[in-house]
Amino acid sequence: MNQLLFLVLAALTVLGALGVVLRTNPVHSALALVATLFLLSVLFVGLDAQLVAVLQIIVYAGAIVVLFLFVIMLLNLQTDVRVLGGGTLVAAALAGGLALAALLVAAVRGASPGPRGALPAGFGATVSLAHKLFTDYLLSFELTSILLLVAVVGAVALAQKKR
Amino acid sequence: MVDVAIVAAKALVVVLIVLLTMGHGVFFERKVSAIIQDRIGANRASIFGVAALGIINTLVADPLKFLLKEDIVPANVDRLLHFLAPVLSVLPLLVTFAVVPFGDVLVVGGRSIDLQAAELDVGVLYVLAMVAMAVYGVVLAGWASNNRWSLLGAVRGSAQMISYEIAMGLALIAVVLTYETLDLQTIVRAQGALLWGWLPAWGVLYQPLAFVVFMTAGIAESKRIPFDLPESESELVSGYFTEYSGAKHLMFMMSDFVEVVLVAALVTTLFFGGWQVPYLLRDGFHFPGGSTVPLPSLAVTGLQVLAFVLKLHCFTLLQIVIRWTLPRFRYDQLMRLGWQGLLPLSLANVVASAFVIVFLQRPAA
Amino acid sequence: MGPTPLSWYLVLSAVLFVIGALGVLVRRNIIVIFMAIELMLNAVNLTFVAFARSLASTDGQVIVFFVMTVAAAEAAVGLAIILAMFRNRETVNADEITSLRW
Repeated sequence: MNQLLFLVLAALTVLGALGVVLRTNPVHSALALVATLFLLSVLFVGLDAQLVAVLQIIVYAGAIVVLFLFVIMLLNLQTDVRVLGGGTLVAAALAGGLALAALLVAAVRGASPGPRGALPAGFGATVSLAHKLFTDYLLSFELTSILLLVAVVGAVALAQKKR
Repeated sequence: MVDVAIVAAKALVVVLIVLLTMGHGVFFERKVSAIIQDRIGANRASIFGVAALGIINTLVADPLKFLLKEDIVPANVDRLLHFLAPVLSVLPLLVTFAVVPFGDVLVVGGRSIDLQAAELDVGVLYVLAMVAMAVYGVVLAGWASNNRWSLLGAVRGSAQMISYEIAMGLALIAVVLTYETLDLQTIVRAQGALLWGWLPAWGVLYQPLAFVVFMTAGIAESKRIPFDLPESESELVSGYFTEYSGAKHLMFMMSDFVEVVLVAALVTTLFFGGWQVPYLLRDGFHFPGGSTVPLPSLAVTGLQVLAFVLKLHCFTLLQIVIRWTLPRFRYDQLMRLGWQGLLPLSLANVVASAFVIVFLQRPAA
Repeated sequence: MGPTPLSWYLVLSAVLFVIGALGVLVRRNIIVIFMAIELMLNAVNLTFVAFARSLASTDGQVIVFFVMTVAAAEAAVGLAIILAMFRNRETVNADEITSLRW
């Protein structure tokens, strides 16, 4: 992906992420999350991961955040009264966060790009992903389907009103 | 540079097709509803005494009226959300047309241009993604209106939309199983084959149940009658967009019609051959009797685009007729139809299709 | 300008992860904490996809597929728990939900 394009997208993504964490109104946070997810999807397309990009929009932006919005509307949450924890908590968290950021950036800055050959044909297309999913990762796939079933049953059971 | 210009031109053509179809779709609706209800309908407007030119009233004067009206924003609303909701309602639907193919190839100046604005490998999933994004417009419109009736309409509307999205997705999976590709242009090209030498192999012959499920789910997604409880004009004033006026109201109305055209376009593309004219190949007609009619490639392309637009109008007409014939569903009937009717039906369709496809492929395996 | 090097993607992912972690630590509204967790998961997704591209291996994208599925399941169950908790305590402020019995 073009460097200039990447810088613009990265700046917007960071702005979106800050919007999620810093906005006082939870609905605004949810919308900032949608924007961040969209921008990440664009980055995925730039990384030749087309199927993952579209799945990101369908699953994350189109379902999970809608679920968040539903819960916010159901609980009728208005703008937060007390947004952040106490002063010492914020100071400690900022210090820890900066330290973690410095550590991570130092760790990944020297990442070597790896064997730079031509990408195999159909990289990131549905067929190659599906091939891997149903041969090498078949057990994980089956376990994930059971996990989803458990999650559905659990969510319905938890959210039901008591008889 | 030329590539960018070509893509821009294709996008412009698609947007023009959509907006023009939508524009006279509105007039269509008034006239067709009049015919169904045994009255004359809109016939007062005329320009220079020519009544047929009255369609310009619907195409130009109506939108102009909406745009020039005062934009009333209620007092205690969240202005950002109030502004964003109509945008999020109409933009994802317009953007979906990027993957709808409106012709085969246009051979011009030595270049062969594929007539699809965005040639995505994952076209079908892209359609599902954008339809999922359209829910935000409804949710935010109801929430941001500071009006409990709007909120009620929005909650009904969004619950309805996400329920029927699932049935729509499963119907699409059956189509994907049949054609083994997610790319819409490939699916349309595959429908050019001839069954038993004379029958065009349109999708509806392979997946009739998926067609019915998809059409129903599509009408439910666009919240048209018989699924229009979120907007029920006799109960909730205008439902989730009650508090909108002027250009924003126009955008919500637009999203209704754009989705009608979108459902028509998708049904044509997936089930009725898209731009395919029966027996028309790239160099002319090849009738089953053996006779051929050679045609220049521009004529072939023009015929294919014309066929696409005609089929678009057919399915728009079908949705308009359905709207003016059926009464409205009650909300629990609507949810029951979605979850206990269409969902098991489309699941059974997927399983049955998979079995049939495996059995038909076994001699080759 | 040329193609972006891998480390730029990883730095962006690290920044997003830290912003998400800060959100979890500092915000009091449980739903916003949840959204920050989703942000962290997405940062990890970006790392996986970037490495998948750089090592020309589809495994990274398959793992992202699983991360998305697990995140969806977790979001559904977590929000159901929040709903059930709200019914008992009428609040979603993390500072006020401090004791196990009500």
